[in-house]
Amino acid sequence: MTVGDAGSVGAEALAGEAALLAAEHEAPERDTGSGSRSHGLRQRLRKEAALAYALLLPALVLFGVFSFYPFFRNFKLMLYQTPPVPGLPAHYVGLHQIWPTISSTQFTQSLVTTVIFVVLVVPISLILGLALAVAAHRKLKGMAVYRMIFSSTVVSSVAVASVVFGTLLNPVVGLLPWLGINPNPPALESTTWALPSVAVITIWQFLGLSFIIMSAGLQSVPDELLEAARIDGATAWTRFWRMTVPLLSPTIFFAVVVSTIYAFQAFGAVDILIGNTNAARLHTNVLIYNIVNTLQIDNNPGAAAIMATVLFLIMLGLTIIQMRLLERRVSYAR
Amino acid sequence: MAQVNFDGATKRFGDTTAVDHLTLHIPDGELLVLLGSSGCGKTTALRLVAGLEDLSDGDVSIGDRIVNDVDPKDRDVAMVFQSYALYPHLTVAKNIEFPLRQRHVDKEERQAKVKRAAETLGLGTLLDRKPAQLSGGQRQRVALARAIVREPLVFLMDEPLSNLDAALRVQTRADIVELQARLATTTLYVTHDQVEAMTMGHRIAVMSEGKLQQVATPEDLYNKPANAFVAHFLGSPGMNLLEGMLVESGAPDGGAAGTLCVSFPGASVPLPPSVAQGVRGAGPDVVLGVRPESLRLSENGPIAATVIIVEILGAETHVICHTDSGARLIVRQAAHERRPAIGETVHIAVDADPGAYHLFDATTGVRLGEHAGATGGATSVGTAVGTAP
Repeated sequence: MTVGDAGSVGAEALAGEAALLAAEHEAPERDTGSGSRSHGLRQRLRKEAALAYALLLPALVLFGVFSFYPFFRNFKLMLYQTPPVPGLPAHYVGLHQIWPTISSTQFTQSLVTTVIFVVLVVPISLILGLALAVAAHRKLKGMAVYRMIFSSTVVSSVAVASVVFGTLLNPVVGLLPWLGINPNPPALESTTWALPSVAVITIWQFLGLSFIIMSAGLQSVPDELLEAARIDGATAWTRFWRMTVPLLSPTIFFAVVVSTIYAFQAFGAVDILIGNTNAARLHTNVLIYNIVNTLQIDNNPGAAAIMATVLFLIMLGLTIIQMRLLERRVSYAR
Repeated sequence: MAQVNFDGATKRFGDTTAVDHLTLHIPDGELLVLLGSSGCGKTTALRLVAGLEDLSDGDVSIGDRIVNDVDPKDRDVAMVFQSYALYPHLTVAKNIEFPLRQRHVDKEERQAKVKRAAETLGLGTLLDRKPAQLSGGQRQRVALARAIVREPLVFLMDEPLSNLDAALRVQTRADIVELQARLATTTLYVTHDQVEAMTMGHRIAVMSEGKLQQVATPEDLYNKPANAFVAHFLGSPGMNLLEGMLVESGAPDGGAAGTLCVSFPGASVPLPPSVAQGVRGAGPDVVLGVRPESLRLSENGPIAATVIIVEILGAETHVICHTDSGARLIVRQAAHERRPAIGETVHIAVDADPGAYHLFDATTGVRLGEHAGATGGATSVGTAVGTAP
């Protein structure tokens, strides 16, 4: 928020200055008496611009060091190949390693795994989030406690959640054996169940945010509309599907995009629950995990950079879709 | 079409009683206005009929059926909301069609009815638009069309004109009256605007603090307010209320009774014989109510007062004075009359017409004299609140 605000202040100040310079450019033909006045104005605008940049500076430094520099450096890394033998310098290969990397089985499998993972995580976490939000939207006593419980997963750390969940699935001391369920191999080592297991913990973790987003959306649906529909003869089911869901659609689209981005970036749960030595690792090799392994284990920054760029393009596409959908929200304004 | 009955209807929200033992009969085809300031319970009363609120006590019936436990969708009422509550994602046509669709009316009949309702309200060319593309007046008409399209037993209107600008409000007011007269559908109309109430209602029910104060025709309500609250609430400005005592003046010993007066510190207003007859024996603490138009500045007037503000409204002037005892009086003058200066001491007289005098009990605020309850069955008096403001 701060960054955006400061940015817009800066932009306004710059725009103001530009307009002033343009006006000065035309001034001699029209009005020669305004020189001193515009000088004062110009100084004021300069001051405002200086203040804007000063306010922007901390954010710019942080973003510069941790986002912008790595971002651009990534494009450079794509053009260099590091020999598999440690100690040899990387050499420039231009665009030549791009196609082999993105057509490699390892990468395509990783992409497919990620997509399956996203398809598992997104709909379930959103439907559950919406269901909880609708349940908690009623004006009942003690609802605030439920709201707090439902949204609490937001503040839990991936690591802690994964360790707890891993313990629950532990074949010796976990919940499953306690319930008398003893899959063999254990869920987290099964090529079939490892990915869904990781998906479950990711869903659990995203549920809080999904609940918060959906709750906020529900707050914006005017009660009167639902009351009008009730009087007009709509059942609770019809009201939900014909009123709440369409009116919530901008929120739902937003939640879809946010949760998709979240799911594409899953790493912690895979790293902690599965790890590199697990038999199921090839089946849970999601993109970020694959990128990290390519960089750290395969010592191949060039290929990792290329995969990171593909991920970036996917995110960019999703963000553009989100921006377009946000425009739709305007047409729903009353 | 059907009658609507409140029978001791009560609605409590926690410790607050929004509607307090409301008993009110609205005959078939009537346009009844529920009038009151905000928070008086009028909207809650309406929502009780709609089924959007559950009764805490008492009964509400539509037609011959008690609807206390009937779901809103099964009550066959239509409601127009203050915000119009149009479905923003549906076109005008779909909005109007919605209630029919929920009642599984066939497509052809649905289309014919939507067309008819749209034509009635002049929406024919707007059917494909979304509510966001309409002006306030157009949205209002869509809301009305959605209400009339399924020919409900009862219309419920919750301040439907308050979001319109003044000119459009006057126009729409007339349109609603005409529409209601044509359809002859029982209508409950909630408003805080007394001009709306006076011009639209067959009868007006005035509410305050959850209680019904009076229900009567606009004329009776204005001329024979049942209590001091109604007297002061209705009219712009409201009725002047002066606390005083009933005293007999100039009674000769052993002779006929003298003139009955309402006496205040420093002034005494004689009552016309017909009024005096009705209130003799009451009191002695009373509140004298006189409408601003029944007061005039006159050198011989019994009430001395100091002019505080002179409001010039064009066609008329309001002279606001303080009497010597500190009571506030408003005198309505015609534009051509001499306007007093601010700070000037004036004398105020009350018209001789007996109808100008309204007397209320100082404790209960209830109307005294022959006019009390003169409207018979049409007037019911609730518990009065307060006396002079």
